[in-house]
Amino acid sequence: MNPFSGLFSSFRARGGVHPDGRKDLSAEPPIRALPMPERLFVPLQQHVGAAARLSVVVGDRVLKGQLIGASGGNISAPVHAPSSGRVTAIGDFPSPHPSGLPAATITIEPDGDERWIEPDVPDDPFSLSPEEIANRVGAAGIVGLGGATFPSAVKLNLSRKSGISTLIINGGECEPYLTCDDRLMRERAAGIVEGIRLIAHAAGASELLVGIEDNKPEAIAAMRQAAAGTDVQIRVVPAMYPMGWDKQMIQVLTGKEVPAEGRSAEIGVLVHNVATAWAVREAIRFGRPLVSRVVTVSGAAVVAPGNLDVPIGALAADLIRACGGLASDPRRIVLGGPMMGTQLPHLNVPMVKGASGLLALTGKEIGLPSPAPCIRCSSCVRACPVGLLPLEMVAHIRAADLSAAVGLGLKDCIGCGSCSYVCPAHIPLVHFFNYAKGELTALEKAKLRTDATRKLADTRNERMQRIVREREEAARQRAAKKAAAAKQKEPA
Amino acid sequence: MTLLVHAPHAHVPMTVSQVMATVMLALAPATLYGFWLYGWPSIFLWTVAMGTALLAEAAAVWLQGRAAKPVLLDGSAALTAWLLAVSLPPFAPWWIAAIGSVFAVIIAKQVFGGLGQNVFNPAMAARVMLLISFPVEMTMWAAPMPITTSQAPGLLQGLAITFGSAHWDAMTSASLLGHVKTEFSRGVDLTASLPAHFAAVHGGLADAAWGKRSGSMGETGGLLLLAGGVFLIVRKVISWHAPVAMLLGVAAPALLAHAINPAHYLGVLPHLLSGGLMLAAFFIVTDPVTTPNTPAGMFVFGLLCGLLTWIIRSWGGYPEGVAFAVMFLNALTPIIDRYIKPRIYGRDRKGQSLQLDAKEGAK
Repeated sequence: MNPFSGLFSSFRARGGVHPDGRKDLSAEPPIRALPMPERLFVPLQQHVGAAARLSVVVGDRVLKGQLIGASGGNISAPVHAPSSGRVTAIGDFPSPHPSGLPAATITIEPDGDERWIEPDVPDDPFSLSPEEIANRVGAAGIVGLGGATFPSAVKLNLSRKSGISTLIINGGECEPYLTCDDRLMRERAAGIVEGIRLIAHAAGASELLVGIEDNKPEAIAAMRQAAAGTDVQIRVVPAMYPMGWDKQMIQVLTGKEVPAEGRSAEIGVLVHNVATAWAVREAIRFGRPLVSRVVTVSGAAVVAPGNLDVPIGALAADLIRACGGLASDPRRIVLGGPMMGTQLPHLNVPMVKGASGLLALTGKEIGLPSPAPCIRCSSCVRACPVGLLPLEMVAHIRAADLSAAVGLGLKDCIGCGSCSYVCPAHIPLVHFFNYAKGELTALEKAKLRTDATRKLADTRNERMQRIVREREEAARQRAAKKAAAAKQKEPA
Repeated sequence: MTLLVHAPHAHVPMTVSQVMATVMLALAPATLYGFWLYGWPSIFLWTVAMGTALLAEAAAVWLQGRAAKPVLLDGSAALTAWLLAVSLPPFAPWWIAAIGSVFAVIIAKQVFGGLGQNVFNPAMAARVMLLISFPVEMTMWAAPMPITTSQAPGLLQGLAITFGSAHWDAMTSASLLGHVKTEFSRGVDLTASLPAHFAAVHGGLADAAWGKRSGSMGETGGLLLLAGGVFLIVRKVISWHAPVAMLLGVAAPALLAHAINPAHYLGVLPHLLSGGLMLAAFFIVTDPVTTPNTPAGMFVFGLLCGLLTWIIRSWGGYPEGVAFAVMFLNALTPIIDRYIKPRIYGRDRKGQSLQLDAKEGAK
């Protein structure tokens, strides 16, 4: 680590851990294009929010970049054909999720021609209005490529409305093993810088900061060179996990703290990932929707780790094959980084927009620990970047006292895994927290349902009472009418 | 069928057993020095304490219907026994160590639910129990007789001291704190008692600092314990907060009181290098199980523990107060943890979401 790293950033990060980076495994070879697989499996749900709505039928011929799933709501993102070819199936296919449960997926057989759609390219991207840029980013299906997969256009519009001043581009890449952002910055710095300026134009930001961890000197140099003469500033931050947590990056670069119940836009900051900046530039400058991304393929079980430019929908097995196959039987396949990535059930699942890494890890790498009793060493307390007491939260969750865990800040937990990583007793702390969060959601849903039922029942009772009242009233009126009629009759 | 495991898929290469082993490693130099200083009886006493503790732990775990081996391998029982052994008078009879170990492991730890669940530090709880129950055996200190010198007890004599009922009255000597307390009760103040103590049993303050004086193994090896503690801090097994605070908690009032009345209050150095202070500062108040879990909480714990130690030493009925102070503070740990918590990101100390200031809110 660079001993002078503290000099570059004025604000200190809280907590954090220093896991073995293992980035040397994949950092040196340049990005290679994955040979086009025989079939691509494109899920309709690759982002936070509503799934995309199917807009092709089986047998359709599609061009590369053609819309095959339209945005499904306010918070959603469209999906495009990653290559030209024919839609051969639409239906369930194993999803890149630990369960491997099937999800709605479009299968495309590429024809090998790579024919793009007719692009809509402006003469000068910077002459486009901010709204137009946001619209185009949305239409290109761009989502947060750092792993959050939140639709980028939604963030752009929100930022413009709340009025932000600072755009932070997250080049932290603090997850061990992952080098896709590192390679991207080394090889495509100029494009990224243009993407950053486009995002800033769309969001109305005047201060443009790029935070890069000090363990990526080549990326820093390349980005500095590309940013020279522009208003994009490259800032070096110390390498530690989770530096790439957006709020950590904001704190280290600006000294500002985002309120727990607020958004970063409220303090005038917008954060995007470097890969997202690249995708924005591709979409605006060349009219190319997000149909591929750089994925790090690494782990000791992989013969030749490296970074691949992968069409969305390629199978994990295709990537492994392109990296020389497996040297040994991996103990665990992970999508993403080792700290927050998800375990994959097998290699027969597609790569999605949020897939930053594909790791085949050996038993030696993951440690295969079995949990021991907590000795209250409070390593987890020191490691937590949020300032929580993981050991106490787990004790309450074990005792099924969820409200006490919430009182200690369960809902503020970002699930970064720092606590589980340092625990000498190997207690799966994050697993407990995610379980508890799931239970809370279930409880809240159940409460909503009970409330709705009660409301319906109350309304029904009210209605029944009203009907009874109205009937009685009508009966009274009828009786009164009768009486009046009888009275009228009487004198006759 | 793949077992589903949650992230992270990487782990720091450290286990509970390794933590315990590192602490024992840090404790080894002071202990070996103690072995050299007090000879065979101290080695036998240490062995009895260790053996009994492991047997007691195995028995307790067996009664719970659990496998004993992984529990024994976590090293916590061995560490407890080791800490207890170095806090005992080195010539104490074997049953003192045996009863102490059984009490520490079964009553003070397993009854509470085993590793991580005990409220009180097992070694200190056992020491307090022994001091109250067997005050004579627990306050008979042997004068240091390095194992290489002629007056040191031999192997057989050592066996007789630990396991038999050999009289070794001729070798007794008061510990510094005990001597001072006894002389006070006779109306002799420090100006007279202290030089007499050093003249009688030691080659002066220099020898005392290097531990060539009577006391427990954990007392006489004070400087080696300090070195062990620094090693643990450097290895990040313990943090500096509790040890520094505890030493401060003793040193600050000692400095003040000694300046005001040197005839009545011991100075800083005798306080720091006497009794169980060094052992407690680096190996007892750093016990993670029974102390607070935030750095600030640890500091408060250590400071109060040090203050209480000084108060008991200066005004209490017992010459030494470390074990009492530790147990008292152990009981306060949940309260300290309740009031001293880290601030959560994006929230104020009360847990409310941060408010945007007017300027930023207006933008």
